[in-house]
Amino acid sequence: MRNSWRRFMSHFVVVLCAGAVLLSLVPLALVLFYVLKQGVASLNWAFFTHMPGPAGEPGGGMANGIVGSLIVTGIGALFAIPIGVTAGVYASEYRGTRLANAVRFAADTLNGVPSIVVGVFAYGVVVLPFHHFSAFAGGFALGVMMLPLVMRTTEELLLLVPHTLREGALALGATRARAVITVVLPAALPGILTGILLALARVAGETAPLLFTALNNAYFSIDPRQPISTLTVQVYTYATSPYPEWHRQAWAGALVLVAMVLTCSLLARFATARMERMQRGS
Amino acid sequence: MKNLFYSAVGIAALAGATLAARSIQINGAGATFPAPIYAKWFAEYNKLHSDVRINYQPLGSGAGIRQLTERTVFFGASDGPMTQDQLLAAPGKILHLPTVLGGVVPVYNLPGVSQELKFSGPVLANIFLGKVTKWNDPAITALNPGVSLPGTDIVVAHRSDGSGTTYIWVDYLSKVSPEFKKVVGVGTAVKWPVGVAAAKNDGVAAIVAQTPGALGYVELIYAIQTKTAYGQVQNMNGKFVKASIDSVSAAAAAAARQMPPDFRVSITNAPGDDVYPISSFTWILLYLDAKDKAQGKAMVDFMKWALTDGQKFAGEMGYAPIPKTVVDMEMKALDTIKVK
Amino acid sequence: MPVKTRLDDIGFRVGTGIFAVLLIAVVAGIAAVLYDDASMAIWKFGWQFWQTDIWDPVSGEFGARPFIWGTLYSSVLSLLIAGPIALGIAIYISELCPAWLRRPLVFLTELLAAIPSIVYGLWGIFVLVPFVRSLEGGTPEWMRSIPLFSGPPLGLGMLSAALLLAIMIIPFSASVAREVLRAVPQAQREAAYALGATRWEAIRMALFYARTGIVGSIMLGFGRALGETMAVTMVIGNTPQVSVSLYAPQYTMAAVIANEFAEAADKLHLNALVEIGLVLFIITLAINAVSRAFIWSLGRPAKSKRASRAVGPVTEAA
Repeated sequence: MRNSWRRFMSHFVVVLCAGAVLLSLVPLALVLFYVLKQGVASLNWAFFTHMPGPAGEPGGGMANGIVGSLIVTGIGALFAIPIGVTAGVYASEYRGTRLANAVRFAADTLNGVPSIVVGVFAYGVVVLPFHHFSAFAGGFALGVMMLPLVMRTTEELLLLVPHTLREGALALGATRARAVITVVLPAALPGILTGILLALARVAGETAPLLFTALNNAYFSIDPRQPISTLTVQVYTYATSPYPEWHRQAWAGALVLVAMVLTCSLLARFATARMERMQRGS
Repeated sequence: MKNLFYSAVGIAALAGATLAARSIQINGAGATFPAPIYAKWFAEYNKLHSDVRINYQPLGSGAGIRQLTERTVFFGASDGPMTQDQLLAAPGKILHLPTVLGGVVPVYNLPGVSQELKFSGPVLANIFLGKVTKWNDPAITALNPGVSLPGTDIVVAHRSDGSGTTYIWVDYLSKVSPEFKKVVGVGTAVKWPVGVAAAKNDGVAAIVAQTPGALGYVELIYAIQTKTAYGQVQNMNGKFVKASIDSVSAAAAAAARQMPPDFRVSITNAPGDDVYPISSFTWILLYLDAKDKAQGKAMVDFMKWALTDGQKFAGEMGYAPIPKTVVDMEMKALDTIKVK
Repeated sequence: MPVKTRLDDIGFRVGTGIFAVLLIAVVAGIAAVLYDDASMAIWKFGWQFWQTDIWDPVSGEFGARPFIWGTLYSSVLSLLIAGPIALGIAIYISELCPAWLRRPLVFLTELLAAIPSIVYGLWGIFVLVPFVRSLEGGTPEWMRSIPLFSGPPLGLGMLSAALLLAIMIIPFSASVAREVLRAVPQAQREAAYALGATRWEAIRMALFYARTGIVGSIMLGFGRALGETMAVTMVIGNTPQVSVSLYAPQYTMAAVIANEFAEAADKLHLNALVEIGLVLFIITLAINAVSRAFIWSLGRPAKSKRASRAVGPVTEAA
């Protein structure tokens, strides 16, 4: 009898867990379904080529927002990649030193900072001193958010590179710097690039840190010193407005955003899978 | 492949640089109250002068004042005039320049009630104080005989951000209800006793449109564009008036004759039979000493256009034009702005 | 030759070290800027700031209790909903599901995690809030008298916020919990089965073994919920009030900063907002640090194991 109770419990738990999986997939399906359904209906050529129009009038688009998001994310990457990768190199090469531990702790801390707080920081450090809202300020904020992801990915991937590679280079007479830069880093590069892609995907979808850094721009602009329109802020502006026409465009913007983010994530996943296959082969 | 990439970057940079060099971009931020007419104006002006791009971000009057003070934008816009303290805190003298007249209307969402509702100042004050909580409260039914009002809760909607529209609304309610003045007071951001909050005129309009039983306050054009019902308000002379270009203009008539030189004046609860009591000027805020002379000159030229040719667009959007006497005063004030 | 390599090595160490210091400087900079810009409010209000409910920019009275209440309440609620579900997913993927299903399921949960919060907010306004409004409207009278369910059916409020937050943190906590469960040595599971355990009993054993890590993964989700801004502000009603009711519109720390920061004209108002940001920063820092400590206490053996597997047989023997 006790056995049948235990077996029942076991089956029950399996069902419960499977249920949890299904339950979590429901909102996912709902969100994606709505974004697709509402977004596709409003996606047209005008959306990708026109600028935002006056309130409620049809025919506007988010061309400047799409380009703006790319620019701001790009500026963020320019900031985060050099610092993140190099800091990651330090942390892996000089593992165990106080600085390495400190930088790892700092990166983990930075990872948990709410995006709105990063926005406040960027406002105080970039917008105020230069008396200008700018794409650069927005990019800076996004870069700060990317830093920990890039750094930790670099560090962990460098650690995974077999010791034999580095020892071989050193045995051939290379300095430590040379060994790392020409042998170890290239070996870990695919993984690092994947990590960067994932970080880009993550910050491309951020809104809060751009609210008072990049602000918004009614015109098409690629000048980093001027405010710039971004997809996320534009979707937010339209979503909280009372105009049905703007709501439609918000869904279209959301669809484009989700497509951009998912493409990056998929690319990263595909690259990781390929890498794993290559490593297993070797 | 690499060469293609580099040349693409080069072309983009060049394009950006030439665009930037040729055109003047002026950044401004502030009130959502006049945002629709400003959007129209800046677009029209850009058609006439393709090298002048005025980027206006409707963040709310409070943001306009703050960002102007910190000089992160070139001009601000507000429907609540800056206080003495705010003016003193600014790094330079700031001019208030009225651009249009508008009205703040009580918008509501009552499915099943097709007649236009009448409100009085004291009743609105009590609703926003949380003392009148249901639509069929005697205070409301007394003003609307013959209308069957439901017993549902009134969902008060107000602003979450610093707002000139709020300023106009609470300025009016404080004039007609001493209790409101004591409990809530006047300002661009106040402590609301009840209600849900949303940012910008857009947000309040959205909440009212989406929530049955809601009552909020927005600038007239937002009610018109979203086809939301808005009520009549009883003015000082006891007449129930609906906001319109004429009733808002009537509110400014008396003030126009006695306009102070700094243009900061409140015209809520103005006397007169045809007056809409919740009307107001809205101002663009500019530094007397323009930091960037080129932008300053462009802005002054724009303002002169807006106060003359631009006024005809105001009517289409439900805003009332500035009285002629005030425009003349403003032209003189604009000439004092240092653009050399 | 040795001199050259030593100089190069020192140069390399200093060169890369500078960037490490730079990263630390960014974090320190955030703390410094926050403290500096909040100092006026900190000095003026002291601890009272967190005990008063009045948030009145007009009179200059700032009490932040409603915000910390709203933040904690919404995050705890979302955790109560999301925690069991995330755990269930983690258990299913790591222990129960057939091998062919594993990868697609992992993919799907990561898809959930990749959706930007603004999209969740958009969906929240137009799909979730009307749904919650009809739920609230349909509450039977006897339930309405309980403080938890009191108030008019607005849709916008704590319930919508908690639900949306839960949806957002489920994939996050689930993937961390999954990693934690993966770190449980297979030998432990095999031993349990050898002793005649059912699936559930083996899972229970693994959960017990990984308990600190599991708690850590849940806490990480909590930390994420605390800082969430956009989706919350779009559905929570943005009203500073302390209320137990799920139906009441409330306000969180992140949301008030997002709404009022760009426009706080008065210096004290701005300082008060930054002080809220500073405290949010400290709270999330603490929660994240503790949760990471919990996760690492279990994760470490697996990490070095994975690393050593990649290193090769020679060094592993050593």
